[in-house]
Amino acid sequence: MSKINFLKPDKENINTFLYMGSFLFVISVIDVSLNSFFRLNITGFLPSSLSFVIPIILGFIGLHFIRIEHSGNKFLDQVNKNINTSNFNAILSLLIIFIIIKAIPPVLSWFVVDASFAGDSKDVCSGTGACWTYIKVWFRRFMYGMYPNAEQWRINLSFIALALLGSVGYFATEKFKKYLTLYYVVIYPFIAFLFIFFFISGGPIFFDFSYGIIAAVISIIIGFFVPSKFKFYYFIFVPITLYIALKYFIFYEELIELGKLDGLNWVETGAWGGLSLTFIISFFCLIFCFPIGMAFALGRRSDFPLIRYISIGFIEFWRGVPLITVLFMSAVMFPMFLPADFFIDKLVRCIIAISLFEAAYVAEVIRGGLQALPRGQYEAAKSLGMGYWRMHIFVILPQALKLVIPGIANTFLALVKDTPLIFVVGLLEIVGMLNLAKTNPEWLGFAMEGYVFAAIIFWIICYAMSKYSYNLEQKYKTER
Amino acid sequence: MDLKLQKIIPQLITVLVVVLVFGFFTYNAQINMENRGIDFGYGFLSQESSFDVQFSLIEYDGSHSYFRAYLVGLLNTILVSVIGIIIATILGVIVGVARLSPNYLINQFAAFYVEFFRNIPLLLQIFFWYFAALRALPLPQDADAILGVFFLTIKGLYVPAFIWENLNVFLYSIIAAIIAIVVIRIHARKVQETQGKQLPVFWISVGLIFIIPLLSFLIGGVSLSFEIPKLKQLATTSFKYEGGISLPPELIALTLSLALYTATFIAECVRAGIQGVGKGQKEAAASIGLNPNQVLKLVVMPQALRIIIPPTTNQYLNLTKNSSLAAAIAYPDLVLVFAGTALMQTGKAIEIVSITMLTYLSLSISISILMNWYNKKIAIKEK
Repeated sequence: MSKINFLKPDKENINTFLYMGSFLFVISVIDVSLNSFFRLNITGFLPSSLSFVIPIILGFIGLHFIRIEHSGNKFLDQVNKNINTSNFNAILSLLIIFIIIKAIPPVLSWFVVDASFAGDSKDVCSGTGACWTYIKVWFRRFMYGMYPNAEQWRINLSFIALALLGSVGYFATEKFKKYLTLYYVVIYPFIAFLFIFFFISGGPIFFDFSYGIIAAVISIIIGFFVPSKFKFYYFIFVPITLYIALKYFIFYEELIELGKLDGLNWVETGAWGGLSLTFIISFFCLIFCFPIGMAFALGRRSDFPLIRYISIGFIEFWRGVPLITVLFMSAVMFPMFLPADFFIDKLVRCIIAISLFEAAYVAEVIRGGLQALPRGQYEAAKSLGMGYWRMHIFVILPQALKLVIPGIANTFLALVKDTPLIFVVGLLEIVGMLNLAKTNPEWLGFAMEGYVFAAIIFWIICYAMSKYSYNLEQKYKTER
Repeated sequence: MDLKLQKIIPQLITVLVVVLVFGFFTYNAQINMENRGIDFGYGFLSQESSFDVQFSLIEYDGSHSYFRAYLVGLLNTILVSVIGIIIATILGVIVGVARLSPNYLINQFAAFYVEFFRNIPLLLQIFFWYFAALRALPLPQDADAILGVFFLTIKGLYVPAFIWENLNVFLYSIIAAIIAIVVIRIHARKVQETQGKQLPVFWISVGLIFIIPLLSFLIGGVSLSFEIPKLKQLATTSFKYEGGISLPPELIALTLSLALYTATFIAECVRAGIQGVGKGQKEAAASIGLNPNQVLKLVVMPQALRIIIPPTTNQYLNLTKNSSLAAAIAYPDLVLVFAGTALMQTGKAIEIVSITMLTYLSLSISISILMNWYNKKIAIKEK
């Protein structure tokens, strides 16, 4: 056995160093764990400040001993490479390990061990842990807002139906695959709209809006058969004419009354709320902001200077102001801009405001994709004799959109995270409901549980979305 | 001729639609305001506001004008943004670098932080800190001093105030130090270019920035003392601190949540920037004999900063815009003071909302103009 230099662990005395190092390290971990789990302080005989740092010193010396390069022991090499490359790294690793050990007992006891789950009144919540009874009692309010309890099956049924209809893409056979885009872009939103209009609301609130949607859908479908020469003028005039015709000539009030589902009570949008409202708003804004954003992205790269400047103005305006002021505008300023007898529902105003706001961000993301395409793609499409729309629909946009999947996913994530802001106009989705429940005199003092609950829900939704977008990105990644 | 017409018609139609929509809105606005007996105008800005704001950087009470209320709100917004940006940058850079650490525990810890904080809505985080976390703090009479001088209580954070004498001399000395450093740097570069010698510029700079202000204390008659907050009893159960500076809990909750949230995005920008510098660059720099510090300073950082700075500025802008969420916890920022209280009192919806939006708009447009200029300046000049 050769001489041992404790400042320089080497391979020759590997066993000595390994045993000493791991022993010291294990001692330090045991010390912290005992302290944390059983409130035992085995170094209590020392002065308090020394007792506090002793695990770090022991662990540090231990890690220093086992830091032997090319030891030949695979496990040891792996440990050294990952957490123990230098003195500085060793200290940081130790700190993180100790923090985790220290944090486990309080977190565990708050969440599970000392928490109360049973019962349905405040009395069971006397412990030091979380009061999940509070969440249990208020669960329906957090999910559905003020929506009447007896009618909540309507929301559930609609969401289940929409989820099933949304998953059609996974089960479609090859034969129907080519219609999927049409289905998702036109038909599915339309069905979703009908569900929410007739089923969740159960009443005549979105009237003018629904004429607009019907007019748009019909004119788009007919538009496929219009010769491309007239398409531009067709899309400028026909939808508006159709809208006016629908509103004033075809659907007069009695017909609407007939079309209403019988036996459903009308639930005004002010009573909607909770997590379901978050979903409804995110869903509609997502549908609307995408085409608007695409239009403005194309407008910003248009050859026509006037259209370009208008698009730039639109985009920069919405990107420059905070969403909260936009919602303020939709609440207090927008009604001033409409004829006195013309009333738009609060929720619809909200959806319009958020859609326009997010559309500006979507536009910038899509513009990034358009700019990233090499000029050759445009030139090749033009040389094949394609016009502007044909070139964009078949050549440019599919490639550009593929490039910007992460960016668009981020924008949609931001949209979901922005929905709680609708408290400004008095709509209460889940965060708003929490604040309402918090001030209920019977349930004072459980703010923490509520916020943790909402945070977990939002975290799951957002994390799942970001992972999904990552998968989508990988799926559509094509080699260049 | 036909081609020209084809170019003009779509533009004309677009402009027509825009003009029609705006015309429709203004027409309705006029009629509505006539019906309700509101007159349009910005004259109200000079009227007496007659409301109080609980936290303001400039002197303000109900007898001041609405314009001064606007300034109070704007300054409070800027205060939150600046503090938030400073904390978020420091935290973001640390986390961003930590995510690239070879230490498995450290980069997992950093990744956990980023994934955790950026997937929870900011408003929820603000509520959490304000209504749940800060409410668990002790009352003023029970609070223990942190480091002997800070008091963190349910009513806010109390820090000692600086009391300067001859503050201007001190400021002049700092300016003198900065000028001296700049001169020395220019001189050092000249020496390096002509003689190839490197002067220890960094240590000289550090020395200057400490020594010259120190001299101002010794010779210039500058003195600094602290006013430590003291507990004072108002009634049998009501206590408050007097002296020092008090930061209200709204400000703490807001800056904390804004910084923690934005730092995750800045961390991602920093990581992307450092990863964006090619490995070949580092190897090339090392092979011409630069030491690791020089590689970092002269080769990696200039290139990484080019990638990092534009998205980071964007995040600063986002932070500033997000600071408008202050309205949710009643921190008196621009939105709460002006678009909230002042709007309720005057009823001038169009004027006040437009001023508020224009303020944010001019803020972000000026920053993005600055950004474009900077981008052009540092862009790689390819041949």
